[in-house]
Amino acid sequence: MANPTGVRKSFTHGEIGLAIALSVLALFSLIVAGKAHSSAYSFHAILFAAVSAYFVYKIIDRFHSRPAELPALEIDGKPNYNYGPIKFATIAALFWGIAGFTVGLYAALELAFPLLNFDLPWISFGRIRPLHTSAVIFAFGGNVLVATSFYVVQRTCRARMVGDLAPWFVVIGYNFFIVIAGTGYLLGITQSKEYAEPEWYSDLWLTIVWVVYLIVFMGTILRRKEPHIYVANWFFLGFILTIAVLHLGNNAAIPVSVFSSKSYIVWAGVQDAMVQWWYGHNAVGFFLTAGFLGIMYYFIPKRADRPVYSYRLSIIHFWSLIFLYIWAGPHHLHYTALPDWAQTLGMTFSVMLWMPSWGGMINGIMTLSGAWDKLRTDPVIRMMVVSVAFYGMSTFEGPLMSVKVVNSLSHYTDWTIGHVHSGALGWVAYISFGAIYCLVPWLWNRKGLYSLKLVEWHFWLSSLGIVLYITSMWVAGILQGLMWRAYNSLGFLEYSFVETVEAMHPFYLIRALGGLLFLTGAVLMVYNIWKTIASPEASAVPEARPAMVPAE
Amino acid sequence: MSAWAKHQILETNAILLMIGALIVISIGGIVEIVPLFYLKNTIETVDGVRPYTPLELAGRNIYVREGCYNCHSQMVRPLRDEVERYGHYSLAAESMYDRPFQWGSKRTGPDLARVGGKYSDTWHLDHLNDPRSVIPASIMPSYRWLAETELDITYLDEDLMVQKALGVPYTDEMIENAKRDAVIQGTLDPVEADDLLARYPNANIRDFTGTVTASGRLTEADALIAYLQSLGTAIDFNLYDDNANIR
Repeated sequence: MANPTGVRKSFTHGEIGLAIALSVLALFSLIVAGKAHSSAYSFHAILFAAVSAYFVYKIIDRFHSRPAELPALEIDGKPNYNYGPIKFATIAALFWGIAGFTVGLYAALELAFPLLNFDLPWISFGRIRPLHTSAVIFAFGGNVLVATSFYVVQRTCRARMVGDLAPWFVVIGYNFFIVIAGTGYLLGITQSKEYAEPEWYSDLWLTIVWVVYLIVFMGTILRRKEPHIYVANWFFLGFILTIAVLHLGNNAAIPVSVFSSKSYIVWAGVQDAMVQWWYGHNAVGFFLTAGFLGIMYYFIPKRADRPVYSYRLSIIHFWSLIFLYIWAGPHHLHYTALPDWAQTLGMTFSVMLWMPSWGGMINGIMTLSGAWDKLRTDPVIRMMVVSVAFYGMSTFEGPLMSVKVVNSLSHYTDWTIGHVHSGALGWVAYISFGAIYCLVPWLWNRKGLYSLKLVEWHFWLSSLGIVLYITSMWVAGILQGLMWRAYNSLGFLEYSFVETVEAMHPFYLIRALGGLLFLTGAVLMVYNIWKTIASPEASAVPEARPAMVPAE
Repeated sequence: MSAWAKHQILETNAILLMIGALIVISIGGIVEIVPLFYLKNTIETVDGVRPYTPLELAGRNIYVREGCYNCHSQMVRPLRDEVERYGHYSLAAESMYDRPFQWGSKRTGPDLARVGGKYSDTWHLDHLNDPRSVIPASIMPSYRWLAETELDITYLDEDLMVQKALGVPYTDEMIENAKRDAVIQGTLDPVEADDLLARYPNANIRDFTGTVTASGRLTEADALIAYLQSLGTAIDFNLYDDNANIR
């Protein structure tokens, strides 16, 4: 191959190291596959071996076709941003979004029509409900977070992402984790710890991927050309760090054998319950909140072309949010065998959490000061602002439900499911959709989206879907909670349990309809994005975009 | 220098920002979790609570595998209607050997913390095979494959060994006899019943599905029913002193 620069081409340390590590993993996985205790685990080991071997080949293949020198950090004095892994994660997010919403809809229909379980193990409700939650939270949400954090950290630091193979390892490794976790649930490989279902070997793999993620993110910040670290990056950093701590604490387990997918958690009973909800609530607090607040702090100001409303508010928002959230876990354990003092602490901090949450909401919404007209003209910014409004609503509802007397009614009912979805659909998904709508034309260098009209349709269809979803679940939850505690005039319980199940049927139907509308909106988005990427590239001259206003 | 200006130190130093965030997020978890390992009412031992028998443990692992916690809680709260509907409120000690805990967060179906002994084995088998045959309005999936699948007890001793390493009081004798104990417990009137009861007091010993005697093999349904029938039955609440652990 011609070598115009005259630099001799050689393998980088990263290429050699990763190729060796993956070769060892492939070999080890083959041994495990041969001696595995169950065929499901054997299947996973073969997947590990095949994918590792494939990427050893890819590393060598890439070496032969790549130029001798790695991409420059800067071209003509401008940062040479690394968009490849971001594009990958963006497409992955779209794929997993559709998959996760579809599985959710199917699970909802199973509750309305149990016949749909078809007596098949791998699609029974108990196995696909975790598939739904993991697919939407970790696969859809996770890929959005990886994509946006990699984009934001590069742009706001004015530096190319650290690493050559490392960012690719993060996005591909993360998605491989999702494949292992998801297929595992269907095959019955699960820890049955809510939102932490993946077994020990998936957890180990994720730990490696996550550490590399942290290194790439921190390394890029350390390489920055801007004196200040932009506020969005504080939130992304808080999210990456805390998820690492939570993941390690909650998944501390000992496998039965290296040849078995089964493990036992080192915590037991009440301690395990507390550790689980310390993790579980902060998966909400840091994965689904802090990370997506990072998106809010970049994409809303950028799209509205206005500075963040208040810099001081963002400082208070950040520190109080991350401090208070960690305490809120015990509100999932009210009236259980967890000691009362811990429950009271959880409740108190949950109520206090209302304040930073609304501080953040105000900071996000008021960023539109002077640009309110864009709500009418730009459906993308409308989606993001409505998402922040939903954030405000569900962070008001959450503290309310954490109050013990309210919780005694709401807990174990569909009210919780409705609450989660007002946050997940209204806040997390909407800010993600908004970010994807912004990101795709930027990444692929397109003039704009294929159709804003389709965005309008997406917005209204899914808004209607969310409203149907959360209102039906409010009614269902409060109804069921009241029926459980209803007494007749003789002082006996009024309803048998199954009568309260029967009463849920109409609401499960309305919920499924809401889910269908939401899914339909998402399908429109995928079509719109696909057409956008297929459209011709914008002119080579970059459009003059106003510089970010630094947070100071 | 105002406090706002001081914040610039963190904003311009990534390592300090990271360390600061780590400290701030550590406090709450430490305060709430660490005391649970030494406070009396979270580490109390109550007479009657014992580790799961090998068959119950295998059944529990099937409960975990199928994700039953998605719809069933195992935690009776001390509220009037719950105590009347399900039985005595749950104690911390009752889940002291639960790895992972299965208290659950949703009751699409009823709480199962005290389901043991409430229904017959036949009812459970019918209910697992076709829930609507016994409860017409049930929305639970059918779990027909459990009665059709032979229980894999090959590695049961390894399960006990790991639990022992984690502090569950399984003895070497229990580990040695794990596979045999599973078979004994699932058999009708076994001659070794006394051995099993010596190791695991009050264990239910019988042919749970009524098929083991004829076929000579345990199914997953046997294990799951053995587990369900043991739930919430360990403690005799006529003898339990609920003031013993008042702080």
